[in-house]
Amino acid sequence: MTSGEDTTTRPPEGHWQSVSNDWAADKQAFSVPWGKLMMWIFLLSDTFIFGIFLTGYMSVRMSTVEAWPNPSEVFALEIAGTHLPLILIAIMTFVLITSSGTMAMAVNFAHQKNRKNTVIFMALTALLGASFVGMQAFEWSKLISEGVRPWSNPMGAPQFGASFFMITGFHGMHVSIGVIYLAVIAAKVHKGHYDQHYDKGSHNIVEITGLYWHFVDLVWVFIFALFYLW
Amino acid sequence: MSYQTITDQPELLDHGPSSFIGKYIWSQDHKVIAIQYATTAIFVGLVALVLSGLMRLQLGFPNTFDFIDPSNYLQFVTMHGIIMVIYLLTALLLGGFGNYLIPLMIGARDMVFPFLNMLSYWIYLLSVIILMASFFVPGGPTGAGWTLYPPQAILPGTPGHDWGIILMLVSLGVFIVAFTMGGLNYVTTILQARAKGMTLMRMPLSVWGIFIATILGLLAFPALLVSAIMMMFDKLLGTSFFMPAIVSLGEQLGHAGGSPVLFQHLFWFFGHPEVYIVALPAFGMVSDVLSVHARKSIFGYRMMVWAIVAIGFLSFVVWAHHMYVSGMNPAFGFFFATTTLIIAVPTALKVYNWVLTLWRGNIHLTVPMLFSIGFIFTFTHGGLTGLFLGNVVIDLPLSDTYFVVAHFHMVMGVSPIMVLFAAIYHWFPLISGKMLHTGLGKFHFWVTFLGTYAIYLPMHYLGFLGVPRRYFANSGTEFIPESAQSLNASITVSAIIVGLVQLVFIYNVILTLRKGKAAGANPWNAASLEWQTPQVPPVHGNWGNKLPLVYRWAYEYCPPGVKDDFVPQNIPPEDLIKSDDER
Repeated sequence: MTSGEDTTTRPPEGHWQSVSNDWAADKQAFSVPWGKLMMWIFLLSDTFIFGIFLTGYMSVRMSTVEAWPNPSEVFALEIAGTHLPLILIAIMTFVLITSSGTMAMAVNFAHQKNRKNTVIFMALTALLGASFVGMQAFEWSKLISEGVRPWSNPMGAPQFGASFFMITGFHGMHVSIGVIYLAVIAAKVHKGHYDQHYDKGSHNIVEITGLYWHFVDLVWVFIFALFYLW
Repeated sequence: MSYQTITDQPELLDHGPSSFIGKYIWSQDHKVIAIQYATTAIFVGLVALVLSGLMRLQLGFPNTFDFIDPSNYLQFVTMHGIIMVIYLLTALLLGGFGNYLIPLMIGARDMVFPFLNMLSYWIYLLSVIILMASFFVPGGPTGAGWTLYPPQAILPGTPGHDWGIILMLVSLGVFIVAFTMGGLNYVTTILQARAKGMTLMRMPLSVWGIFIATILGLLAFPALLVSAIMMMFDKLLGTSFFMPAIVSLGEQLGHAGGSPVLFQHLFWFFGHPEVYIVALPAFGMVSDVLSVHARKSIFGYRMMVWAIVAIGFLSFVVWAHHMYVSGMNPAFGFFFATTTLIIAVPTALKVYNWVLTLWRGNIHLTVPMLFSIGFIFTFTHGGLTGLFLGNVVIDLPLSDTYFVVAHFHMVMGVSPIMVLFAAIYHWFPLISGKMLHTGLGKFHFWVTFLGTYAIYLPMHYLGFLGVPRRYFANSGTEFIPESAQSLNASITVSAIIVGLVQLVFIYNVILTLRKGKAAGANPWNAASLEWQTPQVPPVHGNWGNKLPLVYRWAYEYCPPGVKDDFVPQNIPPEDLIKSDDER
């Protein structure tokens, strides 16, 4: 730790050579691009946001004096005369998990430097994400038409409506931002923006986008388990 | 991706922005952003200082000042607290010093994402403007206390319950966005952009303190963001997250079933780490200043690093010690009292190490050193009273008295401010190239240091008497003796004097900037990397053509067998000049 312990060697002489050697030197704590590390740290912070949203929801669910509505009944749909509990949520969950699969395939194609398929699968991911948001809009309008409001709820505890709109709204906002993010990056990949990039390819940025997308899916799994199934 | 311009095209760095606007307004240079952050933070800090003066005028001389009514008084208390904690201390320590010191101390050219860094400042400025706007809306700023506890924060009867509280919550949300942008940058920069040879265990303690504090911020601010969103819903949409069934001004409100204690938990889950978001950078910077001015390597460097990490971790499991009087299961009280007392171990370790750094050092009583030694006093003092308040049974009678006010002002008001002044006097020659006037600095130190004791020591006694905090006036309270009022008056006089002396500091800064003596490179003979830039003050890109190579830690003072009494981090071992007896 103190002097004498010389672990650095001098780079070869030469004006710019030594500068680039310095930058390329093995000095990073994680061998990932800066952007990817920053996305990881951001997602860690975002985890706390959703964790606290869910903690707050569970807390008011315990503190409220009125009965909590049964989510399987609230979110049931009549399809072709059959009563199907939680059917829409099940489809939404399926769509979102599928979009994680297509995202993973996009990352794989980006690593193979297959620009066309990367763009196709990113677009498919965005499409699935958009349809998730669309189904969420349907779910919201159904609940609103049944009289559920953030401040009141004909089926029982008003905190049900408040937590529902707040948490799914915040998550839906994340999905919508993700769709826009995917569309922007996919367009840039399509134009070949990253082929002149320093690492000669789009795999890094597609991976970073994928990190965000998988995170949003993972959060949904927790919302699904704690809000809809509980 | 903005980093490619730095990594692949270093020649761009020699051509920094040349227009005035590019250089000083929309700047992406971490040094300029740091100065923007610091200037804004000090400006709002002065507003908060004036507010505290107004509070003291009312407390010291009740019934004298007609323009202070009970509503104003509560608004002053609230705005003073929130500005000082968040908009001054957090912004100045992390946005100001974090921005300035991190790239220079680790040998980087800039933050890893300079554009995001610039955005961080402008969004911070926006949050400050929103906060200041609340002074001018109908009803004025919120008067709910800086903790903004519901239900009273959003109900009639509390000043600023209609507009002030909304602007406050919006401003906090915007601040958190700004902090996240800056914080992600600081953490990534420290992890990924260190110069060759700058291993993590060679980083100056300032960087370690800022690093851990930023991680705390990234994990703690979400709690504040979420509770601000929920309170905003309660206020604007009529939800009942924090609102129980309640009768307000004789009227049954529509709320029911919410939990006010939930807000307290969420707030303090943010609020307690926030104490260490402020304290840890201060710990780090004071370690560096003490080491340089005692010409002695910091005592127990590894211990200091691990103490910072341990304090950071523990700060997340002590939050409910702010809530003993809110009522909780005795088992939880036991848990939180225990964790609170455990946090005293790494903290005390740091204090010992600071004192042992001074021991048999070659102490130069320069202005930064005076402030640093002052910090050891005020921090030990505030820490010891914290041990009292951390225990449930002692906290119950002392809670919400002036003892608490004295405690937290000593430990997280005066102490970080002492370090901030030490840091400003210490790094001013690096930032501006000029040395602040020593005589004025010493005058500033002695009046501030003794003045804060004149303010806060009597407050401990007032607390033991049971004088409650946040009260507009104590008249007609039988258990408070008459003499308490003369104590209050003397505190007010001291506070006004300390407040006015800060003008001497500002005068010193302006005087030095206009016609101060040039300080020259490395006037304190410091070993750490930030003083070794080719130009002082460092220019755009920091290091010229060649990034520094780091050969040792940042505290190489008086090494045996070397002529100089310090060895900069970037001098190769073969270039050292041997001392005479070795030759």
